[in-house]
Amino acid sequence: MAIKKLLIANRGEIAVRIIRAAQALNIATVQAHSMADADSLAVKMADEAVNIGPPHAAKSYLKAEALLQAAKDTGADAIHPGYGFLSENAAFAQAVEDAGLIFVGPSPETISRLGDKAAARAAAEAAGVPTVPGSAGVLETVEEAREAAERIGFPVMIKASAGGGGRGIKIADTADELAKLVSQARSEAQAAFGDGSLYMEKLVRNARHIEVQVLGDGTDAVHCFERECSLQRRRQKVWEEAPSAALDDAQRQAICTSAVNLARSVGYRGAGTLEYLFDDASGEFYFIEMNTRIQVEHPVSEMITGIDLVQEMIRIAGGEKLRMTQDDIVLDGHSIECRINAEDPSNNFMPGPGTIGRLVVPTADHVRFDTLLYEGYTIPPFYDSLLGKLIVHGPDRATAIKRMAEALDGLTIEGLKTTIPLHQALAQSPDVMKNAIHTQYLEPWLEANPIPS
Amino acid sequence: MAEQIVSPLPGTFYRKPSPDEPNFKNEGDAVAVGDVIGLVEVMKTFNEVKADKAGTIGSFLADNEEPVMAGQPLVDLG
Repeated sequence: MAIKKLLIANRGEIAVRIIRAAQALNIATVQAHSMADADSLAVKMADEAVNIGPPHAAKSYLKAEALLQAAKDTGADAIHPGYGFLSENAAFAQAVEDAGLIFVGPSPETISRLGDKAAARAAAEAAGVPTVPGSAGVLETVEEAREAAERIGFPVMIKASAGGGGRGIKIADTADELAKLVSQARSEAQAAFGDGSLYMEKLVRNARHIEVQVLGDGTDAVHCFERECSLQRRRQKVWEEAPSAALDDAQRQAICTSAVNLARSVGYRGAGTLEYLFDDASGEFYFIEMNTRIQVEHPVSEMITGIDLVQEMIRIAGGEKLRMTQDDIVLDGHSIECRINAEDPSNNFMPGPGTIGRLVVPTADHVRFDTLLYEGYTIPPFYDSLLGKLIVHGPDRATAIKRMAEALDGLTIEGLKTTIPLHQALAQSPDVMKNAIHTQYLEPWLEANPIPS
Repeated sequence: MAEQIVSPLPGTFYRKPSPDEPNFKNEGDAVAVGDVIGLVEVMKTFNEVKADKAGTIGSFLADNEEPVMAGQPLVDLG
């Protein structure tokens, strides 16, 4: 059943992106928006707009009943959740289906299965996808820890089962260190979390973040190659590329095939991304998790394949089968995306809303700017600081970096501080040019190379 | 007229450090200069609102999770 009217349950640049995709498919659009977003670009572009509540996301964009009511009131037959907010909420996907509407994304069962770390890891292992080596379960004794570490290989991380978000982690490089740290980690975990149980995982030092874009129709699946997003600040991606210059053809084939195997094995429907750690030293890759939605950095994959991922996910949600085979998807050149945020890179990335004055966007066939901005628009303070994504394409990586530097110089956003100066510095950095980067690279680099105001 | 503590930033006002913790301050509490009376979330970043004058809190003028503007009064000091 083809979708006739699509409600966008999101905001910002991704709402604009989804509306453009729907328009290209001749699908009517309804923009659900908070009171703070009444004058947003997405509201102006959509055929209809519905106010779903106060600015605070918990009272609007995260409120399933309000979104379902808006869909009902406007006669929308499908809901696109974008990224963030309710996009990976299995209960919301279920509520959309229960209301007789189409959820643009995977089934609630798939979202819930892949959203559970242990279940996702088990699904990966069953599909033959390598995961980060670790202890089979909780470590009871120092002797068990030593045996696990010898099997996994040093260095290893000792983690508190009850920890999370980086808390309760210790790193051991040798068996002697391990023996000392296990008892210390156990008593600390007991004190901090009331639970002293520990498990172990291999530590991949200087790992790269590599992720594979997949599209599935519930039966078959294809990949659109990989992205590298190793330049991160506080675990937020800053600069993204496709493909990864760190992989050779055989490694690319292996990692992308593993992603398709996992997507097929779970009957994946829609656009999804499998995230991996990649170890330069060994050439090994390890699956971490799967994001069951469109991602912020999807445009770089579109630029190197010519596939419109948002249109494809809408078509699949409407019941179409995949329109391309793997052989149809050809890697063409190199693409880079810079996230332009309303933050001051010379002042600890302090975010600051404001009103947009002059806006000049570079125009060239190889440049794309996905944004929520227009001149005179006042950025509300209630949501994230993403203003837009500057994307370039080139025949090779060196040309793409040069084109990014030129595009950044041609982008003017007056009225507030942006992260453009950070990206200008990165585009001139010898390490970025050599791709000598990893996920822990950017923060120390910023300490050593502060961005001038 | 009673003295007031105003929001230094536009954003979402919170009266507690996290949803399951108690309020930073309640009506009737004494505040000293530099005491944290709440948080303002601006673009996913939490900024402490500190008292710039001492006194006793008469009333809160903004609710928990309420949108506030820069310069908007948050607290009347009795």
